[in-house]
Amino acid sequence: MHTFRVKAFGITKDILGGKEMVIEAPGVTVGDLRAALNEKYPKLTGLRSLFIAVNNSYADETAVITDGDEIALIPPVSGG
Amino acid sequence: MIKITEKPIDVQKVIDTASSLNAGAVNVFVGTVRNNAHGKNVVWLEYEAYETMAVGEIRKIIDDASHRWPLLGWAVSHRIGTLKPGEVAVAVAVSTPHRKDSFEACQYIIDTLKVKVPIWKKEVFEDGEEWISAHPAVAVNS
Repeated sequence: MHTFRVKAFGITKDILGGKEMVIEAPGVTVGDLRAALNEKYPKLTGLRSLFIAVNNSYADETAVITDGDEIALIPPVSGG
Repeated sequence: MIKITEKPIDVQKVIDTASSLNAGAVNVFVGTVRNNAHGKNVVWLEYEAYETMAVGEIRKIIDDASHRWPLLGWAVSHRIGTLKPGEVAVAVAVSTPHRKDSFEACQYIIDTLKVKVPIWKKEVFEDGEEWISAHPAVAVNS
């Protein structure tokens, strides 16, 4: 298992129960992390959208996360 | 200038920063907090940003806009924290040689900001609260 430290914003902060959580996933891609998150926090699947950012940029599902990367959950944005 | 700030936005400063002596037009958009949503009174809004990424995403939007319109100056300031109805949440200003480009560039920047930049708002009503647009069932035009 791989361990990821994930920042949460907006509604994901409420769903995960904190600003930053440690998540374990069997793989190292963004898709692997998403699957682990959805399993642990099923409410995430009810969101209109959920992007995952790696190092301050929107990441594809196939992107590989490496040690030290900054990971963040980006629920539907609503600035302005 | 790209600014994410907890302090009230100085709209004049945003305009001044975007202005240029070579420009014939300065276009500014000021977004304010509405006092109502879904027929209910909004008591206040809570804005939150993923600041480092928000600044980066705004920079990408400005870069795109710079390629599409002849921007001579620009500035974007977004407020975070607790905002009451009537307060300024965001200000975008651009200057260009002629007005048409300034309208188009300013609209492009605010429209793209609203769909790309990691900033969130929660409406707080007298009887509850809600993260805007989070769920399909409560998606609203904002």
